[in-house]
Amino acid sequence: MDQVIRFRSAVALAGRFPVLAGVDLDVARGDVMLLRGANGAGKTSLLRACAGLVRVVAGEASVLGHDLIQDQRAVRRQVGLVGHQTGLYQEMSPLDNLRFALRAARLGPDRAEPALSTLGITGRLLEAAVADLSAGQRRRVALSVLVARDPEIWLLDEPHAGLDAEHRDLLDGLVLAAAARGRTVVMASHEADRAASLARTIVTIAGGAVESVTAPAPPPGAAGADDRPRTAGEVVPVVA
Amino acid sequence: MWRDALLVGGKDLRIEIRGRVATMQVAPYAMLVLLLFGFAFDQDHNLLTQAAPGLFWVAVLLSSLLAVQRSFAIEATDGTRDGLRLSGLDPAGIFLGKVAAVVIELVALEVLLGVGVVVLFGTRLHDPALLVVSALVASVGLAAAGTVYGMIASGVRGRETLLPLLVLPVVAPVLLAATQCWMAALGSSTTDGWRWLSLLVAFGVIYLALGVVSFSTLVEET
Repeated sequence: MDQVIRFRSAVALAGRFPVLAGVDLDVARGDVMLLRGANGAGKTSLLRACAGLVRVVAGEASVLGHDLIQDQRAVRRQVGLVGHQTGLYQEMSPLDNLRFALRAARLGPDRAEPALSTLGITGRLLEAAVADLSAGQRRRVALSVLVARDPEIWLLDEPHAGLDAEHRDLLDGLVLAAAARGRTVVMASHEADRAASLARTIVTIAGGAVESVTAPAPPPGAAGADDRPRTAGEVVPVVA
Repeated sequence: MWRDALLVGGKDLRIEIRGRVATMQVAPYAMLVLLLFGFAFDQDHNLLTQAAPGLFWVAVLLSSLLAVQRSFAIEATDGTRDGLRLSGLDPAGIFLGKVAAVVIELVALEVLLGVGVVVLFGTRLHDPALLVVSALVASVGLAAAGTVYGMIASGVRGRETLLPLLVLPVVAPVLLAATQCWMAALGSSTTDGWRWLSLLVAFGVIYLALGVVSFSTLVEET
């Protein structure tokens, strides 16, 4: 299967502190991967490294064929990251934020309104300043940028945080639809049950390295899944 | 690069128009500085007229620090800087766009302050072309140097106090040359203002080139 992310003994530093300490990871195109681990385990750093925002200084790291050690910037137009912060300009409206993001990505600004509408940002909310929106609405605007850009790889850091039940379900649908279109989704979440229900692969991170790669547990009543622990870097067959 | 510069410049100006920080804070601050100079030299009107170009450019210089700080403050909230890095925009385009937005804000401010100088200090115009050209070129130099150092300071704790320490010594030639140009343009000096303009042009070109070349590294490393 086509590998879109490949890390081998990848090391990344924040100052002198290794935020990634020898990561081995393969992610196949179309996979929905859940990263889990304790606070500070390295989930966010791994997502940021995949986005070319954290410099990998040793080992091997390639995303969509771009060598991150040689050029961490080349991959950025092909990935989308929704992190703890929204990345939105507070004084600008959701519509203007999306149009700016789309023009920067060399995409048509006409994608903005449908994407916002998908996430329930309509009517007067389109022109309100982002600063005046609730935390959940801002989160939905940030997700709208991802939906409008529809990059090859979706990187989601605690994507359900701040969303109400309705929009959590909506986000789950968007993630599954993206994967069905061949997009790859890598997400970090502490909401184990919800995120695991979406994931085809679960990666446990500890101490800045991959501890295990497993398939999610089958739902109650289903035939038992193969959930034996795998070595770091081992590719797990896709579980439908 | 030019397309990205237009995009970033337009975005920064749109934010300023919506946020009204420039109109509500920077412009009143600059006028206040000018007014305080007027009070300080009130006893000697001749001295006030003579010193008007220098006072004007000191007010512009101090205000440019606020404009540059504001330009980077909007990239420091809620992960917008990461958003800008992830956008794939050409760093040189980002630099030029930010410079353009600051230049437009400074020129608008200079028009306002120019009116203030005429009203408060009673100056007269002798060479309007020199006045306008030197103001434009000096604004480009201030904005370019401010944007380079604004980017350096933006990743550091205490950036608000660091920026003036970095910028003020560097832009001293702009203050000197622009003041000389304006003294000639206002007839308060017999200096050849057009020769001083060449220093402003050189300063602007150097900092524009420096910014275009270095901004990629600055965006990643600061």
